[in-house]
Amino acid sequence: MANFSTNEFRPGLKVMLDGDPCSILENEFVKPGKGQAFNRVRMRNLKTGRVWERTFKSGESLEGADVMDRTMEYLYNDSEFWYFMEPDTFEQHQADAKALGDAYLWLKEQDTCEVTLFNGTPLSVAPANFVELEIVETDPGLKGDTAQGGSKPAKLSTGAVVKVPLFVTTGEVIRVDTRTGEYQNRVSK
Amino acid sequence: MIDWRPGASQALLLRRAELLARVRAFFAHRAVLEVETPLLCSRGITDPAIEPLCVSGGLSLGGSSRYLQTSPEYAMKRLLAAGSGPIYQICKAFRDGEAGRRHNPEFTLLEWYRPGMDQHALMAEVAALVCACLGEGPWQAFTYRAVFQQCLQLDPFTADLAALQSAARQLTDTGSLAGDRDFWLDLLLTHAVEPWLAGQGLCFIYDYPASQAALARLVERDGHTVGERFELYIDGIEVANGYHELADAAEQRARFEADNRRRQSMGQVERPLDEALLAALEAGLPACSGVALGLDRLLLLASGEADIRRVLAFSWERC
Repeated sequence: MANFSTNEFRPGLKVMLDGDPCSILENEFVKPGKGQAFNRVRMRNLKTGRVWERTFKSGESLEGADVMDRTMEYLYNDSEFWYFMEPDTFEQHQADAKALGDAYLWLKEQDTCEVTLFNGTPLSVAPANFVELEIVETDPGLKGDTAQGGSKPAKLSTGAVVKVPLFVTTGEVIRVDTRTGEYQNRVSK
Repeated sequence: MIDWRPGASQALLLRRAELLARVRAFFAHRAVLEVETPLLCSRGITDPAIEPLCVSGGLSLGGSSRYLQTSPEYAMKRLLAAGSGPIYQICKAFRDGEAGRRHNPEFTLLEWYRPGMDQHALMAEVAALVCACLGEGPWQAFTYRAVFQQCLQLDPFTADLAALQSAARQLTDTGSLAGDRDFWLDLLLTHAVEPWLAGQGLCFIYDYPASQAALARLVERDGHTVGERFELYIDGIEVANGYHELADAAEQRARFEADNRRRQSMGQVERPLDEALLAALEAGLPACSGVALGLDRLLLLASGEADIRRVLAFSWERC
């Protein structure tokens, strides 16, 4: 991979740091009136998710990281791996639980999601912002109770538990914002 | 589609013209002479932390290259030594690799020299000029030592390397950074002192460590040698750098040579010394103080913009 100097650090650039792929979030050039110039760089470690600020001497360079975001279709999982397919090439990739993180809570077979590949292997998986999932378990609701507030927990087919309004019942399909885990609305089947 | 439009609004172009007019009126009123010196110089600057841009093509160059000036200091000192009296200049200066929210590789400098003034008299004049441009307001001045004690509870003149490093590590992930005391002092200045200065309005820092004196005279202060150098910060943004000017030719030559040794040790190219400047110092530079002030930054502060690219008609990326 090419090397990138601090003056080429742009948000979104992926670089290798201490053996881990990292994404640049912000890069600020600072220099006292006279003297050493620095770059204060906010970055995310793509393996651990940690976000922090590291200071570099201006002009230092880092090796680029072979990291790519790909839209893929989720196929299925066995006890160990989750399987994804690139829709254009039909190439399949397997991701382990570490790469999945919490994403498994929002994955339904045949849904599309963003898979980040590092050296060709899934590093992380981001579900679509909104997914539609079936409720498999929730307390019986009160008929006609559509106006008042109040909510109850509902377990979805993936195992995720979200808060839903009291009128929503088992067997219904709901739309959820995966970034916040919040119920959006019911979906007619 | 090429983005041909300026990055600055029409209102900011007017604001710039007004600022330039105010600066010229300020100096006309004080009988300081406006001068011009060349942008292309055959001698570069030795300071290891400043890299010039180099022009190397063209018949007039006669096979050698010239540097775009990083400041008009050397030429203006030659005018002073020739008896110019108080002078100022508004010009472009260039520094390679300096780009960011507050840096553009090409920028506008206001530089002036005052025979007979010490650094404190010149600080007062800088404050008067800034007030004439931004509106009246109070200003304060701290020594370099006091400001480090205030922000970091450490004495920049006596703290050892380990203490400076450990203070730096509390501010940021220092990774594989390595350097001498000045390196860590610079990091502490940019990461701790400058953010503190953001809440201090118009504020001077003066009496720098001798190792950071650059072209300032050295004096003894409370048992430490300090450079009579000052920096002006406005709301934490560095705006001006001034010296009670070093006039001793031998000492100046020794500092240039020390710069070149540092450059060599860090793998940077050495710079030929400006012999014309050294000859002018030899002939006699009047006792004076001088200061360089970034006009684009002053405009940034006057307009309340956050990014220097918004006050430049065409920033580096647009030309």
